[in-house]
Amino acid sequence: MSAHESAGKSYLEDGHGLKSWLLTFDHKRIGILYLLGVSFFFLLGGFFALLVRLELLTPQGDLLSPDAYNHVFTMHGVFMVFFFLIPAIPGTLGNFLLPIMIGAKDVAFPKLNLLSWYVFMAGGALTMYGLFTGGVDTGWTFYPPYSSLYSSSAVLPVGLGVFVNGFASILTGVNFMVTVHRMRAPGMTWFRLPLFVWSHYATSLIMVLGTPVVAITLVLLVLERLFHFGFFDAAKGGDPVLFQHLFWFYSHPAVYIMILPSMAVISELVAAFARKRIFGYHAVAFASIGIAVLGFLVWGHHMYVSSQSVYAGVVFSLLTMLVAIPSAIKVFNWTFTLYKGSVALEMPMLYAMGFLGLFTIGGLTGVFLGTLGFDVHVHDTYFVVAHFHYVMVGGTIMGYLGGLHYWWPKMTGRMYSKFWGLTSGWLVFVGFNLTFFPQFLLGVQGMPRRYHAYPDEWQVLNVLSGAGASVLGVGLLLPVVYFLWSLKHGPIAGPNPWGAFGLEWQTTSPPPTTNFLETPVIVHEAYDYESRAAGPAAETAPTSGR
Amino acid sequence: MSSEHSTALAHQFDSPEQQKESATLGMWFFLAQEALFFGGLFVTYLLYRWRDPSAFAAGSHELDIVLGGFNTVVLIGSSLTMALAVRAAQTDRRRQLVGFLLATGGLGLVFLVVKYFEYAEKWHHHLIPGDAFHFAGPPGERTELFFSLYFAMTGMHALHMVIGVAVLAWILKRARAGEFGSHYYNPVECFGLYWHFVDIVWIFLFPLLYLIGRHYQAGG
Amino acid sequence: MSAHHVVPVKTYLAVFGALMVFTAVTVAAAFVDLGAFNNLVMLGIAVAKATLVVLIFMHVKYSTRLVPVVVVGAVLWLLILFGLTMADYVSRGWLGAGSPWPTAW
Repeated sequence: MSAHESAGKSYLEDGHGLKSWLLTFDHKRIGILYLLGVSFFFLLGGFFALLVRLELLTPQGDLLSPDAYNHVFTMHGVFMVFFFLIPAIPGTLGNFLLPIMIGAKDVAFPKLNLLSWYVFMAGGALTMYGLFTGGVDTGWTFYPPYSSLYSSSAVLPVGLGVFVNGFASILTGVNFMVTVHRMRAPGMTWFRLPLFVWSHYATSLIMVLGTPVVAITLVLLVLERLFHFGFFDAAKGGDPVLFQHLFWFYSHPAVYIMILPSMAVISELVAAFARKRIFGYHAVAFASIGIAVLGFLVWGHHMYVSSQSVYAGVVFSLLTMLVAIPSAIKVFNWTFTLYKGSVALEMPMLYAMGFLGLFTIGGLTGVFLGTLGFDVHVHDTYFVVAHFHYVMVGGTIMGYLGGLHYWWPKMTGRMYSKFWGLTSGWLVFVGFNLTFFPQFLLGVQGMPRRYHAYPDEWQVLNVLSGAGASVLGVGLLLPVVYFLWSLKHGPIAGPNPWGAFGLEWQTTSPPPTTNFLETPVIVHEAYDYESRAAGPAAETAPTSGR
Repeated sequence: MSSEHSTALAHQFDSPEQQKESATLGMWFFLAQEALFFGGLFVTYLLYRWRDPSAFAAGSHELDIVLGGFNTVVLIGSSLTMALAVRAAQTDRRRQLVGFLLATGGLGLVFLVVKYFEYAEKWHHHLIPGDAFHFAGPPGERTELFFSLYFAMTGMHALHMVIGVAVLAWILKRARAGEFGSHYYNPVECFGLYWHFVDIVWIFLFPLLYLIGRHYQAGG
Repeated sequence: MSAHHVVPVKTYLAVFGALMVFTAVTVAAAFVDLGAFNNLVMLGIAVAKATLVVLIFMHVKYSTRLVPVVVVGAVLWLLILFGLTMADYVSRGWLGAGSPWPTAW
């Protein structure tokens, strides 16, 4: 095979067998590895969610003992937050697309990229070991003194598993940031970058600055539990609330690690399916950075009733109001992009629109919770549970599914069934709202979270929520089937099945290992659909020119 | 020489300059993360010392200033030798590079040995926090928190030193094989950054742990 | 290219000398009762030492603009961690704060 021919070989064909995948340095293959990993942990977390909703179908605690129930919701939270929501979009779509979108051959540190996947899997394996030796019952938040002194559960392996997994985040964040700073193709200035890249850059900032703090917090917890050091032990002068400060310093920005990549996808979907440049590109770019920065200043809103000083509570509440602003700017700008756009209601676009509505509800209820007075009443109720599921499922998962449906033809060279895509999308949307909207009502009525039993009068809403969960579950499982089916039987997708603007659509589906046969030179702004309307010119200049 | 150049350039980069700048920038982002990692320990220290200054002073007086000061000189000295090692790589002086790397590792090991003796002494005086802890003196229980922080902070620092010495051994091996010169010395530079960072952590740990309230002691 | 700037040996030695002097001063100052200033002097000297290491040993003085931004950013984030956390504890003692903090030993 000539050098030119092998250079054009699809990354899927470039090497066969398990070893070529497990020892790959190709960011696209690593993205697929992450896709497999996060899908596994998502299914595991989903299984625990199923158990929760089953138990809550009846007011009595008749399916699980209180202790077992504590284990179940904890493991649901741990797997979903740390092993799905945080790594999913950056690990799969971020890894696959970021280098291509900036015109690079790969990320800055491909070996570290592969290492990050192994670290992610190692953290997952440690946590699974913890699961099989009894699981954890402290809640995914691991609060001491229960987690340090009293819980007899597998806090150590699970805590260490989460600790190890954090390094995968850090490595990914470092890699993405250096890649964006140093590996952009000629002509790709910062303000010509797709907003997907800006959002992932902002995500990486949080990964690098926040994750180490939860890492050291888990170390302190392990020292406390193993050697009785006393950092969080009141009997030795320690303060359990200090753990909360340290934990939430990371875990609040972590929610922006979960939502920013989803917003990254939405920017791309809205531009592509409105056939327009994003309204207020600069505002959206800066808003991404703004969310990352402001997100570090608000963690105390998780601690209003923890014995944190009221004055600190007031400060955190004010700052929390501020962090809503950049998110709102983005939602407004995406919406304004649709105005006078040529909107195509393809599957990915439906997910984007679902995001706009559901994230708005989730985000607004977040502002309610940030309000000190209101939070005192609904803290630790189902109102909080509903809020974060609206942003994490209605927000993050909508973006993730939208992204998968948009870039699947690029990643695999195949198109999936539109019928089944639409079916699963509607099942997800309807199922999701049926599951979680009743929980807002339950929360306001006072139903506490993390309880396996409740008063009779709340059964109707709980049953509705359970029914919604089964619909949601089916909707989420369907893509596994039709995506896999499309690999063998789906129609071949060309380089640009959506007719979208962006470097990833300038190369073949699937792309060659080096992404481009020749380094692109960028001469257009991002989403420059207007200049395209003048003729079928490429977004890039021929490399011999300019 | 040219084959050395081409094998030193990774395939994702277009030029050695891009590779070098990327490596250094990546290392700096990693160090920023390390700063936040130790930051969690420092904020814990800050809180408990603010609340119990006399307990912390009492604990601090149990630490040996001579050993701590000696270790400070040793570590800063190892930073000097590390900086000189990078310079040797930059100026194509292989033997000097190897010599300075050896000196850096040697000084690092001296630091760790001294630390071992300090820890052993604490063990003999029942000052390891946990169930065997015993401190005679009024702020007894709160002083345990000082020692918890002492061991957590210097222990985490020592762990970073151990990892550093291990990586240094690997870099030394490559240096002896003649891999580094003015055309390529990224690993030496990046490791140097890590080593200096660990030195900076100690620059803060020494006064914060060893020098609290010493004027009380002097005054009697 | 600034990244290849070779720092003269004299500069490194001078920095080492300064760091030794600073160390001696900080130890000596610890034995003198300066009241509230003891902490300030100690921290100030540590910051000065760290600055020298960062600028000269770690070559930040000779680096591209982005590197000092990373350093400043890390310091800023540490200040956020320290500042907002201590804001809680310090204000607990104020009137109306709602939660008295256990008193010191």
